[in-house]
Amino acid sequence: MFEYFYKYGSPRHFYDLSKMFVPWLGGICLILLIAGLTGGLVLAPPDYQQGEGFRIIYVHVPSAWMSLFIYMVMATAGATGLIWKVKVADALARASAPLGASFTFLALVTGSLWGKPMWGTWWVWDARLTSELILLFLYLGYMALQTAIDDRRTAARAGAILALVGVVNIPIIHYSVEWWHTLHQGPTITKLDTPSIHISMLVPLLIMALAFMFYYAAVVLLRARYEILENERNSAWVCELIEQRRG
Amino acid sequence: MSSLQSFLHMGGYAFYVWSAYGLSFIVLILNVVLPLKREQQFFRALIKRKERVSKNK
Repeated sequence: MFEYFYKYGSPRHFYDLSKMFVPWLGGICLILLIAGLTGGLVLAPPDYQQGEGFRIIYVHVPSAWMSLFIYMVMATAGATGLIWKVKVADALARASAPLGASFTFLALVTGSLWGKPMWGTWWVWDARLTSELILLFLYLGYMALQTAIDDRRTAARAGAILALVGVVNIPIIHYSVEWWHTLHQGPTITKLDTPSIHISMLVPLLIMALAFMFYYAAVVLLRARYEILENERNSAWVCELIEQRRG
Repeated sequence: MSSLQSFLHMGGYAFYVWSAYGLSFIVLILNVVLPLKREQQFFRALIKRKERVSKNK
C-alpha cells in the first residue's frame, strides 16, 4: 500500500503519468464540449423569459462551479503538502491557482455580460458577486505569493496557509443567495427534487460542467508536470529526459 | 432571415452571448498554450546549458 503511494507519489512517476493521461482527458473534454455546445446553443429551446440570452448559462454556471471546486482542490492539496510534505501535492496546488483564477474571472465576466441585458446593470455590490470577487483576489494573492517567494518550499507552505484561511469564503459564496437578499437568482440546479429548469436545458448544462471538469483535470496535470520539472531541474531523471531530447 | 443568421443574431442578445463564449474560449485556450510553451522553453534552456557544459569539458 505504502509502496504504491511511494511509487505514484514520486515526482518522476507523476511526470510519466501526466504524459500518459493528458491526451485522454483532453480528448474526452473536447468531445463533451462539442456535445454540450451543440445542446446548449442549438438544441435547447429559448427561455420563456430571457429568450436566447439565457444561453450564457452554459459557460457562466460551469465556470462558477469550477471556481469553487478548484479552490477546494487547491486548499486540500496545499494542506496535504503542508502536513505530509508531498511534493506532488504542492505542485498540484500551485498548478490549480491560475486555473481557478481563470474560471473565477470567467464566472464574473460572463455574469456581468448576462446581468447587463437582464438586470440592466453590469455590476452590483451584492453578496454573491462580492464574495466571488473576493475569491478572485484570494487566487491572485496566492499566485502573487508564489512569485514573490523564491524558495519553492516556503512559497508552497505560505500559499497553503493562505488557501486554508480563504476556505471560509467558499460556504459564504455558496449560501450567499439564501442568506442575503440579492439580485442574483437562487439555486436552480441543486434542488434536485423539483428542478426549476427543463430537462432539455439541464442536460447540456451538466455536459458542459463535466467538460470543464475534464478540462481542469487535463490542464492541471499539464501545469503540475511543469512545476515538477522546475522543482527537480537538477535531479538525475530530469537530466536523463534532457539527454533523450538532445539525442 | 436564414437560420444561420438568426443563430448568430441570438434573438438580439448576440453581443452578450458571443462575447461570453468568445472570452471563455480565449481564456481556456491560453491556459493550455502558455504552459506548453513554457515547458518547451524550459527544455530548450536546459539543453543549451548542457551543451555549453559539455563543450567546456
